[in-house]
Amino acid sequence: MSDISIQDTQYEAKMGDYFALLKPRVMSLVVFTALVGLLVAPVPVHPYIGFVGILCIAVGAGASGALNMWWDADIDARMKRTAGRPVPSGRVAAGEALGIGLGLSGFAIVLLALATNFLAAFLLAFTIFFYAVVYSMWLKRATPQNIVIGGAAGAFPPMIGWAVATGGVSIESVLMFALIFMWTPPHFWALALFVKSDYGNAGVPMLTETHGRDATRKHVIIYTLLLVPVALGLGLTSIGGPVYMAVAVVMNAWFLKGAYDIYRRDDAACEADKHAVEIAVFKVSLYYLFAHFGALLIEAALRQYGLGGW
Amino acid sequence: MVIKVEHEMHQRRRGRNMGVGLLLIGFIGIIFGLTVVKVLQLGDAAQFEKFDHVARPQIVPEEGSN
Repeated sequence: MSDISIQDTQYEAKMGDYFALLKPRVMSLVVFTALVGLLVAPVPVHPYIGFVGILCIAVGAGASGALNMWWDADIDARMKRTAGRPVPSGRVAAGEALGIGLGLSGFAIVLLALATNFLAAFLLAFTIFFYAVVYSMWLKRATPQNIVIGGAAGAFPPMIGWAVATGGVSIESVLMFALIFMWTPPHFWALALFVKSDYGNAGVPMLTETHGRDATRKHVIIYTLLLVPVALGLGLTSIGGPVYMAVAVVMNAWFLKGAYDIYRRDDAACEADKHAVEIAVFKVSLYYLFAHFGALLIEAALRQYGLGGW
Repeated sequence: MVIKVEHEMHQRRRGRNMGVGLLLIGFIGIIFGLTVVKVLQLGDAAQFEKFDHVARPQIVPEEGSN
């Protein structure tokens, strides 16, 4: 009876606690970009197969989130933003997070392979490996460039969506990958400039803390400059078109101006207006990504009527 | 110790067990849906017999029939 009475005093994890392991907010972005990758591909996909494909990508992304929470429970516990996550708050045991992460990864990869093709499944497997092992285990605690290379994990979903439809990799899918990959660093560092972080307490190297805020501002403008040719280049491929190009020109000019405004500022100016510029640029960066992928969708929809494209 | 069919723990874990049950039913539904779609995509239902593990001479085209 003793083991049961011990359990009686413990918190019983709810379904929602397990769902929180999958990082639902990250998942929603993954679903959106993967769906765009799938829909803009020139090969039509049966709607049900497409649905299962997106579901597998979402579950795979969620599984990598659970693996990340298992591995990072110690640092999550030391940061205010993450201390309430299921594992550090004690609602879910670390071992359970590991089990759920591995189990769901297996299901998602195998089902994606059976429902669509092996390339898509391989890319999903690689994405999970990249996020859980390369980013979480190797880079996050080792280098302030963690966010740059780790951003690749978030950039894979449209490439997987494209692979679900076409069974291949092409210049279009590589550029969609590159768009998110190059967008992540300025997006994240703009955030790091105005959020009071406690990464330092947790021992996670963050560019603002290891190299200072001036170096971070320089990084934001450099990465934004590198992002522009990728975004415009995507417009010249088969999935681009006048609508995408118009959106891209406006959004890149807007983002670039924001990055330049950040670059010109110093800490005194930031304190004076309570980081108004950084907060504004962070918001622009969100619109930026949604506008680009939204424009790709519009081009794909127009193509159905013989419009759009070049 | 008498084994009670209904333990208080079952009551507490009801939500969780129901959730797992629904997920499993959903999973079965997804696999079934995939099966239906994949079979229909073959177009000719007779092709499905190719995946049988038993030799079916009647589905092999006769020599010279083409």
